[in-house]
Amino acid sequence: MKVKVLFFAALREQLGTSSEELELPAGVATVAALRSHLRGRGGAWQLALADGKLIRMAVNQDMAQPADTIQAGDEVAFFPPVTGG
Amino acid sequence: MKISVQTQDFDAGAEIRALSSDPKVGAVASFIGVVREVAMTLEHYPGMTEKALRKIVDDAGARWQVVGCTVIHRTGALKPTDQIVLVAVASAHRGDAFAACEFIMDYLKTQAPFWKKEAAGWVEARASDDQAAERWK
Repeated sequence: MKVKVLFFAALREQLGTSSEELELPAGVATVAALRSHLRGRGGAWQLALADGKLIRMAVNQDMAQPADTIQAGDEVAFFPPVTGG
Repeated sequence: MKISVQTQDFDAGAEIRALSSDPKVGAVASFIGVVREVAMTLEHYPGMTEKALRKIVDDAGARWQVVGCTVIHRTGALKPTDQIVLVAVASAHRGDAFAACEFIMDYLKTQAPFWKKEAAGWVEARASDDQAAERWK
């Protein structure tokens, strides 16, 4: 299935990209699995998305938990803890 | 309810007067966040930001009696003494206005997708902000 993946703030800079359309392999059906899939690219991806890194995630513009499922056409975003206000 | 994410400055007085124009309103509580000491650039997640702010305001309306509410958050390049954010809540009585205003601000700090970057780098999230939001649970 195809999803849109977005990156913001420090994560966007570390990865050198703000968005991409991605065809997910079978079995990548949760936010955590997508994070793990991206980490598998190695290099900056491995570092920026490492397990110990505090990263917030959103699915279709709502805050999401790692176990939340993703569907074809979803917009999934990864970003650092927010610092507005 | 008015929610705006914008680069331009805002007139807090005009926003508060607009909220006070309803005869059901007996109290308006407001908070203004200001850039302190260091220039910064604010990035956000267009679309999600407005959605997250709307949800926070709706949650406040479910907990307190809120007649009107305005949230304005700026993005882009800001310098010391610039206004960053306005939260203003109108209610019949001050208790609801104060509580809802503080609740909205605490949740905005931890749930709305904004990020500050200073010359020294990205601003780190603070645990004290998470604790401030936790106390409303």
